[in-house]
Amino acid sequence: MVHNDKDEVTGINTTGHEWDGIRELDNPLPRWWLWIFYACIAFAIGYWVLMPAWPGLHGYTHGLLAKSDRAQVAVDLNALKAQRGLAGAGLVNASLEQIEADPKLQAYALAAGASVFGDNCATCHGAGGGGGKGYPNLRDDVWLWGGTPADIEHTLRVGIRSGHPNARMSQMPAFGRDQIVTPDQVNDLTEYVVALSRRKANTAAVARAAPVFQAQCGVCHGPAGMGNQAVGAPNLTDRDWLYGADRASIHSQIWNARGGVMPTWEKRLDTATIKALAVYVHANAGGK
Amino acid sequence: MPVLIDTVSKQPSPGTPPPLYKKREPIYPKLVHGPFRMIKWAVLVATLAVYYILPWLRWDRGPGVPNQAVLVDFAEARFFFFFIQLWPQEVYYFTGLLVTAALALFLVSALFGRLWCGYACPQTVWTDLYIVVERLFEGDRNARMRLDAAPLSLNKAWRKGGKHLVWILVALVTGGAWVFYFQDAPTLFGQLFSGQAPVTAYLSVGILTFTTYMLAGTMREQVCTYMCPWPRIQGAMLDEHSLQVTYRIDRGEARGPHKKGETWEGRGDCIDCLQCVVVCPMGIDIRNGAQMECINCGLCIDACDEVMDKVGRPRGLIAYDTDAAVAARLAGTKPVYRFVRTRTLYYAVALLLVGSVMLFGLLTRSPMAMDVLRDRNPEYITLSDGSVRNGYTVQIMNRSIRPEVYFLAFHGPHGAHMRTVGQTHEGPISVALPADGQRSLRVFVTVPPSDHEHHRDHSEPAEFRLISQGGKQLEKATVFLSSGEDE
Repeated sequence: MVHNDKDEVTGINTTGHEWDGIRELDNPLPRWWLWIFYACIAFAIGYWVLMPAWPGLHGYTHGLLAKSDRAQVAVDLNALKAQRGLAGAGLVNASLEQIEADPKLQAYALAAGASVFGDNCATCHGAGGGGGKGYPNLRDDVWLWGGTPADIEHTLRVGIRSGHPNARMSQMPAFGRDQIVTPDQVNDLTEYVVALSRRKANTAAVARAAPVFQAQCGVCHGPAGMGNQAVGAPNLTDRDWLYGADRASIHSQIWNARGGVMPTWEKRLDTATIKALAVYVHANAGGK
Repeated sequence: MPVLIDTVSKQPSPGTPPPLYKKREPIYPKLVHGPFRMIKWAVLVATLAVYYILPWLRWDRGPGVPNQAVLVDFAEARFFFFFIQLWPQEVYYFTGLLVTAALALFLVSALFGRLWCGYACPQTVWTDLYIVVERLFEGDRNARMRLDAAPLSLNKAWRKGGKHLVWILVALVTGGAWVFYFQDAPTLFGQLFSGQAPVTAYLSVGILTFTTYMLAGTMREQVCTYMCPWPRIQGAMLDEHSLQVTYRIDRGEARGPHKKGETWEGRGDCIDCLQCVVVCPMGIDIRNGAQMECINCGLCIDACDEVMDKVGRPRGLIAYDTDAAVAARLAGTKPVYRFVRTRTLYYAVALLLVGSVMLFGLLTRSPMAMDVLRDRNPEYITLSDGSVRNGYTVQIMNRSIRPEVYFLAFHGPHGAHMRTVGQTHEGPISVALPADGQRSLRVFVTVPPSDHEHHRDHSEPAEFRLISQGGKQLEKATVFLSSGEDE
C-alpha cells in the first residue's frame, strides 16, 4: 500500500497510522534484520534435531543430545550429597559438645540443622520451633525428655511413642474416661493442678483432691507435682502447658489423657543430619 | 530556524511503494589528519590503556584481602576500587555512580553535544581500532573500494583473511582483558592458558570476542543507528544552544565547484568536494544538518579545514557551533553563545547534589557495621518461670583491612540480659573479627517476669550497641516483644 502521507521535516512517507498526532515514518528495515530472522529459523531447526522438542501421544522426541533436566537434577543431587557427606563427616566424628565448641563446625551444623528442621520438624513444631497446643515449644527451657544435646539427639533417634523398640514412652491414664476416679474427683484434681502453679483455686476442692493426687498422680508427676524427666512427666508447677493452662484444658487432659507421637528419625536421617539437628534445636532453645 | 534538512534527495518517486528492506551501503572512511583526529587518537590510546592495564594494578590491603586495585569479587561478594571496599549492603553506591554518570552525560550533551558518542564510547573506540587494522591490510578508502570491487584473487584473499584474523585476535584480547576484572588477574592469566580457568571465564571471553568482532568489525555504524537507544534519547538533551558539529549553512551556501582564480563573491565557501562525506565513519553528509546518525566525532571538521586551507578560505566552515548561532548569522545579527541555561543549570545542580551525597557517604562511611534481625516466628517465648525471651540474629561486619575486636551490648527493658549460643558468662559479648570479615550471632535476650513495679508493654524499644576497641559506637534500634500482660 502506498500512502502519500508525507512527513514534512524528513520528506519520508509515513505508515499512514496516527496515534494522538504521532505518526510513524515508513523507513525500510536494514537488510541484516531479515538475515537474523532466517538465522533464527535455522537455529530452530537445529534445536529440533538436537534437543527434546516435539510432544507425541506416548512421549516426545528426545533429540540427538537427549538432554533431560530431570536427569540432570538427579546428577546434581548426588553431587550435593557427596559434597555434604564430606562436610558431614566432621559432624559424625565429633561429639555434640565438640561441635558446639568449634565455631566452624557449629556454624555448619546450625545451617544444616535449620534447613533440615524446616523440611522435617516445622510441620508440627512450627517454622521457628515455637510449637503449638499439643506440640512442644522447642524454644523455651521446658524439656519433657531432657534438654541436653545428648537428650535431644536420643529423642530424635528413637522418637516418642513411635513404635521404636527404645522409644521414649509414657502413658498417662485417662482418669475420667476410664472411670479410674469419679467425675467429681476430676473436678477437684483440676483445682489442685491450678493451685500447683500458684494460681487462685477453690481451697475446699484442693483439700479434697490432695490425697487423690498423691495416690494417682504423684507416682509420675512427683509428690510436689514437679514432674520427672525419666518418665516424661511434665512439671505442673511452672508456666508451661502443653495442652493449655485454663481449667477446661486441664480438666480435659485429666479426663482424656492425650499424648502426642513423634516419629523416629533414625531410619530417615543419617547420623550427621541428626547431630546437626540436635545442635540446632539446642542452640535455638538458648543453648543451656 | 531554517530547515537544515535536504528534503529533495530522500523523496521516493511517486507511485512506487517504498522498499521493505534497505541494503546496507558500504562505508569506506578516509584517513584524515587534524586536531580532532589527534584528540581521537589520544582518547583511543588512553581509554584502551585504562581498560587493559587497570586489572593489573596492585593495591596492598594486608593479609587475607585481595591486593588487586580494581576487583569485582562475586565469589566473596566484594567490590574493590583502590582505597574503596564495598559490601553487598552498599550497593546504593553503584546506583549513585550510575545516576552520576547519567547526569554527567546529560550535562555534557546539553553543553557540547555527543562528546561521549564521538570520542569515548567503546563502540567508537574499537571501531576506530578496527579501521586502523583494516587500513593496514587493505589501504585507505580508494584502495579498499578497488579491492572490494575486484574479483577474488590471492592478493585479495590474504588481505581480507589477514584483516579478519587480526580483528579476531584483537577481539580475543578485548574479551580476555574483561575477565581479569572479576578474579585475581595474574592467577587467572595462568589459568586461562593452562585450561584451569572457570568455565564462566572462557564463556565470557568467547562471548566478548564474538561481540567485539561483530560490533566493531562488521556492524559498526549499524550499532549506533539501529541498536543504541542513546541517539534517539539525546534529542531530549539538546537544544539550539548546544554545541554540535555543524555545517555553517550561512557561510557555505550557495555551494558549488570552484576553479582557481574565480571570484568568491556571491557564492558560499562550500566547494562541494565531498571530503566531509568521505571521511565520515557514519556515512552521512553533515551538510544535511544535525542528524540522528551523526556521532559528533569532528572528523569532517578536520577534512573541511584541510580543504579550506588549500582553497585559501578561512577554516571553520564545518565547526562546533550552535543552531542558534547559525540562525543569528543568517538573520544578520551577532551570534550569542549561552552555556548557562535552565537546562544546564538543572543538570549541573542535580549532578552536584548526587555527587555531594555520594562523597559525603563515602567519607563518613564506617568500617564497623551491624544488622539486627529480630525473630518473628515465634515473636517471643515465655519460659517456665514466666520470664520472656526474644531471639535476634545480629550480623556484625568488619569492613576495615585490620582485624578488630568489637563488644556487643543490649539496652532494653528493665532487667534484660543477653546471651549468645556457646557463651558461658552473661553481659557484653566480645566478637573478634578478621580483616574484611563478618559473623552472624544468635542472641537471646531474657527479661524477668513483669510485676506491678515493672509493667511491660507488648512492644518496648530496645537497641543493640556495638563498641570498637577504639571507642567507636554504633547503635541499631529494635524492639523487645512480650505478651504485655501482668501474669
